[in-house]
Amino acid sequence: MIRIKAPKNGRIKRELEKRAPKLVETGKKTLILHGTKTSSVLNSVLTEIHHLKKDNSIKYSRRNDKIRPFESGGETSLEFFSLKTDCSLFVFASHTKKRPNNLVLGRFYDHHIYDLVEVGIENFRSMGSFSYDKKLAPQLGSKPFFAFIGEAFESVDELKHLKEVLLDLFRGEVITNLNLAGLDRVYVCTALSPNRIFFSHFALRLKKSGTKVPRMELVEVGPSMDMVVRRHRQPDDSLRKEAMKMAPDSTKKKEKNVVKDDILGKLGKIYIPDQKVGSVPLANKSKGVKRERREAKVAKGDGDKATTPKKQKKEDSE
Amino acid sequence: MEEAQYEIDLGNLMAFDQHHQFASPPASREEIVKETIEQATKLVQAVADALFSLPSTEDPDGPLVKLPEPTTKLPREKPLPKPRPPTQWEVFAKQKGIQKRKKEKMAYDEQTGTWKRLHGYDRVNDDNDIPIIEAKATDEPGTDPFAERRKEKKSRVDKQEGNRLKNLKNAQKAGALPSHIQLAATALPITGTQSQPKRVSKDVLQNVAGMAATATASGGKFDKKLPGEKPLKHEKKYRKYLPAVEGSGMGAIEKQQTENVLNRLMSKHSHQILNVEKAVNMHNVKKEKNQRRQGGQSSNSGKFKANKKSFKKTSKKGPSSSSKGKSK
Repeated sequence: MIRIKAPKNGRIKRELEKRAPKLVETGKKTLILHGTKTSSVLNSVLTEIHHLKKDNSIKYSRRNDKIRPFESGGETSLEFFSLKTDCSLFVFASHTKKRPNNLVLGRFYDHHIYDLVEVGIENFRSMGSFSYDKKLAPQLGSKPFFAFIGEAFESVDELKHLKEVLLDLFRGEVITNLNLAGLDRVYVCTALSPNRIFFSHFALRLKKSGTKVPRMELVEVGPSMDMVVRRHRQPDDSLRKEAMKMAPDSTKKKEKNVVKDDILGKLGKIYIPDQKVGSVPLANKSKGVKRERREAKVAKGDGDKATTPKKQKKEDSE
Repeated sequence: MEEAQYEIDLGNLMAFDQHHQFASPPASREEIVKETIEQATKLVQAVADALFSLPSTEDPDGPLVKLPEPTTKLPREKPLPKPRPPTQWEVFAKQKGIQKRKKEKMAYDEQTGTWKRLHGYDRVNDDNDIPIIEAKATDEPGTDPFAERRKEKKSRVDKQEGNRLKNLKNAQKAGALPSHIQLAATALPITGTQSQPKRVSKDVLQNVAGMAATATASGGKFDKKLPGEKPLKHEKKYRKYLPAVEGSGMGAIEKQQTENVLNRLMSKHSHQILNVEKAVNMHNVKKEKNQRRQGGQSSNSGKFKANKKSFKKTSKKGPSSSSKGKSK
């Protein structure tokens, strides 16, 4: 026997609909987690990433001893948390002797782990350690610029992967309309060596340049850190293909009256608007052809005809 | 000139310098930061050049620009939603060429002479509003036409509910169930009986398991536990020990109990303790079974008949009671 189980309450229904797969997706949510042990550096890295992404991220404060990314069986509870919180990005921090200051960045597809990148954090400088004009501080949820510097992002596989993950993590929602006055932050990643990048966050100052395009000036607002790539795991080819599927473009209009023929090639139908023969104005507008005159003429002719028989009648009677 | 060598993704506001390399390994932190800022400014400026040249519309908050699609392809969060398969009705309607058309929400009710909603509570032609149904020649006497109408209505509603379930099952097969609906199994299909068994709660099950465990002499103490089975709520048998010392109050209870039993046995109506009818029945059934086993001979002769009168002092009882009544 099967029973239909539907929420009895609108709030829950809306919540479930929010989680349902969508044709065009809104921004991804991020889950921020601690491992069994985290250093003070990692703690502040996590809080600052959470701060940067406060509009759509969830930070767990408890330690998780069952989560071990890259290991079999160490990912089930992570996937469960993804399902629970509806997050599709995660940042996981752990500190061990073998891998000190370890940060795992990863993505989910359909609440299963899609890919993973592990980086070590070095030379961390927190937001508090930068002094700048607070008026410049970027606003929450503003659309960021990205700058990737260095050919290693193209040539080295790990960095190419990391670049994609970082872009996905920080880019926020894909938007169509952008307010140019609201541009106020840049994430900059510089490849220092084939396995090390320098990640930093800047505020933008738009200065007048005399032309339409303002002159951009960067002010470092932090956090900034070195990321040393350790392990990474690319998605399966089949999974990647599945995840890269795009929604069919609905904006494309159907082309009317055009048919493709194998032999004849492109064929088109042309419709010529109705020729209004009756209402076409005459080019000749001389007095003689005017309607009143024509009618009058006809009437006159009729009159002549009418009069003549009368006369005849009279004659007959006489 | 330099802009040409940058890779710019305007949808993500991203710029990528593929050619930059540190000339010499940077010596200090400051040097790296300085170089980064210098390069990043160029890149951001390149994005801004492209961005500010897009056609913009004025808004009170600032100029609005339409961004193009991002060129960097990033994976989806969840799979693409699948289209819902057509319902049985939709298939039929398409086959017959039935077009969907809008209906008015309100309709004129001739019974009451007012405008009413077409569906729902207090609707047009509501069965509840009909006070009299005219009898027809074909009507069977003895049937309630109102009840019949109600039954018909209910069967229509049930049928619709069944159709809905069927369509949802189809949708589930196609993986296109509406996000807020789940199809849950209530119980295994039961053949033969109409009524479904009641769902037993976890607590009730635990209690039953506990009771079963105490049925052993040790009260389940040495039973093997199933994996995940919790310890019993009450580990031992329920047993009352009365105080061994005699006296008033609690002390007298044991004496009272034995006295109760004795009194019941000794009393004049002690025969009523025995359920004679039941005993006779049991005896008869047993006997019949034995006979059937032996050879299937049917004989009613050996059967007892339950005697309403008691076995005890049957002959004396009647007259004695009557004499008592007379004496009084």
